[in-house]
Amino acid sequence: MYNKTVMDHFRNPRNVGIIEDADGVGEVGNPLCGDMMTIYLDIEDEKIKEIKFQTFGCGSAIAVSSMLTELAKGKSIAEAKKITNKDVADALEGLPKNKLHCSNLGADALQVAIKNYEDKKAGKPPAELKRKDEHEHSHGEKCYCPYCEIEIMANTSVCEACHSNLKEPH
Amino acid sequence: MKIIDLDHISANPILPEVKEAMIAAIQMDYANPSSQHTKGEQAAEALEKARESVAKLINCGNPKEMVFTSCGTESINHAIKGVALANAQKGKHIVTSNIEHNAVIRSLRRLKSMGYTITSVSVDEEGRVNPKDIADAITDNTILVSIMHSNNETGTIQPIEEIGKITREKKVIFHVDGVDSVGVVPMDVQKLNVDLLSFASNPFYGPTGVGGLYIRRGTQVWPLLDGGIQENNKRAGTENLIGIVGMGVAADLARLHMAERIAHNTKLKKKLLDELPEYIDEYIINTHPKFSLPNLVSLSVRYIEGESVVLMLDDDGIAVSTRSACATGSLRASHVLLSIGRDHADAQGTLVISFGVDNTEEDITAFLTALKNVVTTLRNISPLYKKVMNNQKK
Repeated sequence: MYNKTVMDHFRNPRNVGIIEDADGVGEVGNPLCGDMMTIYLDIEDEKIKEIKFQTFGCGSAIAVSSMLTELAKGKSIAEAKKITNKDVADALEGLPKNKLHCSNLGADALQVAIKNYEDKKAGKPPAELKRKDEHEHSHGEKCYCPYCEIEIMANTSVCEACHSNLKEPH
Repeated sequence: MKIIDLDHISANPILPEVKEAMIAAIQMDYANPSSQHTKGEQAAEALEKARESVAKLINCGNPKEMVFTSCGTESINHAIKGVALANAQKGKHIVTSNIEHNAVIRSLRRLKSMGYTITSVSVDEEGRVNPKDIADAITDNTILVSIMHSNNETGTIQPIEEIGKITREKKVIFHVDGVDSVGVVPMDVQKLNVDLLSFASNPFYGPTGVGGLYIRRGTQVWPLLDGGIQENNKRAGTENLIGIVGMGVAADLARLHMAERIAHNTKLKKKLLDELPEYIDEYIINTHPKFSLPNLVSLSVRYIEGESVVLMLDDDGIAVSTRSACATGSLRASHVLLSIGRDHADAQGTLVISFGVDNTEEDITAFLTALKNVVTTLRNISPLYKKVMNNQKK
């Protein structure tokens, strides 16, 4: 199901852990959605000196977290802000269609952590660490039926191709 | 590396005796059973011998009530759609439960789009249907009740005999999905009062790609496949003779060895359940403590996700399955586990461990040891476990 790069990052995840007193923390997803990810940033001179993650999720979610931390480590804040969901999926050399949402989770967690850092630095009350991720599909990417992998159109509760019931809002 | 197969619910090996019979059939009985020449007659004899063996396995007195199909899914589709179409003039209401296999759910969904109405009764927290709920759901318009014998995710067994009494009294056709039960535990179509029973060959160590459907004489069922007059006009198409011969031998062996297989599986199940607390904490057993298959345990390991466990155990040479959303390609948690009250997070961490004749107590120990390591690794990655443990300490 997964390619060698994904399996390598799943089996040997890089940068697992927590940074105590992190400069920025981002948490996305929730266990009820099946995936939850927390990113911790240690920032020095506007660069990501250290990055750690913790993830509850499938093999893909763990691999995405690991790859994301590798992509972000050492980058400036400005550069890290440009890391997209597609960058993570591409670096993993692709994910199964119905797992692409995991790459959204990774990039989103990083952006939430950066926002958290910037708010703290600006003396603002830190923005919510947690992005309200209820599988909103606000990311503009296509969604696919988990059963037949045919593209799902917006605002439908049933896959038109295979008649599967889709409980998540689409 | 030796592979420890604890995923027998997905597939079983073909027993050596079954394999030998199939090879002999390839060499001797390869003709078309519908042919009138001598070779055809030999093939027809082999087919009918298998039919008798399979009929005996479910205590069906008349082998003509047995229809060979290509798999359990076909049998289920045949039973449900066949009854619905043949009885549409009598009514268009069907009663089922909310923990059925997708073959049932999707067959019913298809019928719903054709104007049938479906009542799906809930199960209790232990995963069982209350027969009274079935009785209450039946109306004058009801033509069929379809309930699974054992659940493929939790192994929990339903009160089929009681439901059968109700459907008999109310004169409603009763279909039972027995795919994970036939050949594994005693199944008696007379005692259970079922009109249709779907099953497959593989759960009792026959080949895949062969299934069976018991249709009680007099039950109005349309065939799914139209064409020739094979299978007493109930299923057109040349039979998969070699597979069916294998299924027949597997059925004989299942009948003869069922007691010892049940004892073997029960011993492994007990060991797993008894010793599990020594290896991991924070888990939920989803399998009914009394009414369940002897060869299956459903285990929800909290704060981690099942697919990750399966992938890591696979690296250790241990095969188990997960009905969690990810491994099945769906992003949804199992409808069965949600129905018995598990929340999404616990449902996502579910493993199905299923045994077979080739498993040993050492396999269970190896699984538990590997599971402990995998759970520790994944909980170290998970943001949930420490959070919950810290909160509990407070």
